[in-house]
Amino acid sequence: MTREPSLIEQVAAVARRSALGMYRQRALLFFPMVFPLILFAINGSALSSATEIHGFPTHDYRAFLIAMPFVQGAMFVSISTGTNLARDIETGFLNRLALTPLRSEAMLLGQLGGAFVLGCVQAVVYLLVGFATGVSFASGVGGVFVLLALSIAISFAFASLGGLLALRLGSGEAIQGIFPLLFVTLFLSSSSLPRNLIKAAWFREVATYNPVSYLLEGLRSLVIAGWNAQALELAFGFALVLALVSLGLSGTAMKSRLARA
Amino acid sequence: MRRFFDVAHAVAWRSIHNTVVNPAIIVPSIVFPLFFLVAFAGGLSRISDVPNFHYKPGYTSFQFVFVFVQSAAFGGVFTGFAVARDFESGFARRLLLGAPRRSGIIAGYAAGALMRWLIVVTVVTIAGLIAGMNVYGNGIDLFGLFGLGLGMNFAAALWAVGIAMFLRTEQAGPLIQMPVFVALFLAPVYVPLSLLTGWVHAVSRVNPITAVIEAGRGLLAGSPVKVALSFALLAAAAALLALFARRGLASAERAG
Repeated sequence: MTREPSLIEQVAAVARRSALGMYRQRALLFFPMVFPLILFAINGSALSSATEIHGFPTHDYRAFLIAMPFVQGAMFVSISTGTNLARDIETGFLNRLALTPLRSEAMLLGQLGGAFVLGCVQAVVYLLVGFATGVSFASGVGGVFVLLALSIAISFAFASLGGLLALRLGSGEAIQGIFPLLFVTLFLSSSSLPRNLIKAAWFREVATYNPVSYLLEGLRSLVIAGWNAQALELAFGFALVLALVSLGLSGTAMKSRLARA
Repeated sequence: MRRFFDVAHAVAWRSIHNTVVNPAIIVPSIVFPLFFLVAFAGGLSRISDVPNFHYKPGYTSFQFVFVFVQSAAFGGVFTGFAVARDFESGFARRLLLGAPRRSGIIAGYAAGALMRWLIVVTVVTIAGLIAGMNVYGNGIDLFGLFGLGLGMNFAAALWAVGIAMFLRTEQAGPLIQMPVFVALFLAPVYVPLSLLTGWVHAVSRVNPITAVIEAGRGLLAGSPVKVALSFALLAAAAALLALFARRGLASAERAG
């Protein structure tokens, strides 16, 4: 009698397929990975005079801006994950998987395996580009590892959101249509200027209520401020909440989707 | 000539009809410029406090001109997506078979891009005025600004149609969009050229879009600069890109 695979083994099997799927479409992933770097290169130079504003927290605008590619990249991970899962739904793969003894939690977490790998690769690439452009860490070597961990956590959280959207919408085209909304949350945040230096009161208010601001500020704090416990707690906290809420709702969405099939 | 206009008219009408009746086409065209206007004019207005930043009408007007030019360029770019879609659906091949004067197809798509931009720029201008944009230019200046937008829209449409006809797939999207996007952002978007530093300053100085944006900002402020140069650059770009689009059409004709 064969032993039923454990949950971890089941997750690993689905995650391996998901990671391989991402790897096979690496040409399609190139643009989403490079686009945040293009914006970083352009805005890092074009907005450098912002450091002359009284009260700006650093003299190097690139050090301020380096957090943006990490979060923007995480948003692209969300879309890639959502699109891949939606394709599995559209092609009927998820339904066929449901006929096997695979547990639904394993199905869900495993689908995020590719996103996890992509998140890791992106984090390392963005970090290396940051170093190459002269960005240094006020928090030292330890801060580099914390930034990597936070970046991967943010990517995983957004990937969970992508998974939830795929399960709810079930269409790759619909997932692509959601992307501009994610992009809006990035620009309506403290991505280009610190919140206290945003002049328009309504914009400052929106940025304050926008969780993306805290993700950026957590990453940024390690580069320009050193160890800021509050900024890190908020960033890890929001990433955790996004991941947990998305995964929780995804569990329900997965059950109802499989029940419909 | 009559056959050219007949084809152009039919293609333009279809293009405009598809744009107006399909929210999935018109909404992104409107939302993107509005979003840039809100994000830049709202979120970055403190940039106007940078020493030596002098633009009389204010930062919202400064950013409005960039968004105006960007909306014109993307009005053309989005038309390229429509052309690629028409090739993938097989419609464009039937169009090539049925059109007695095929260069009218390019003109029709370009006219469709213009109409799409007119809708977008109306919304963006109203949004700019609501956001407190100051207009110091007179009627002639504003007519000049509109002319710059027309030129940018036409040149971008020819670029996008050319690429779409060469590649004939929706996967050409990034190739249509990215060069335009990067060229726009390599102009003085956030601060005047004199305040840019480093490599972006060097690239901006030779980027033709810089002259167009500076001319637009000058016209809105009622102090025209580089207007003749901008129109000359846009005319040259349109002439070159018309040849490029015509070669794209020839490539599509050969592909059958």
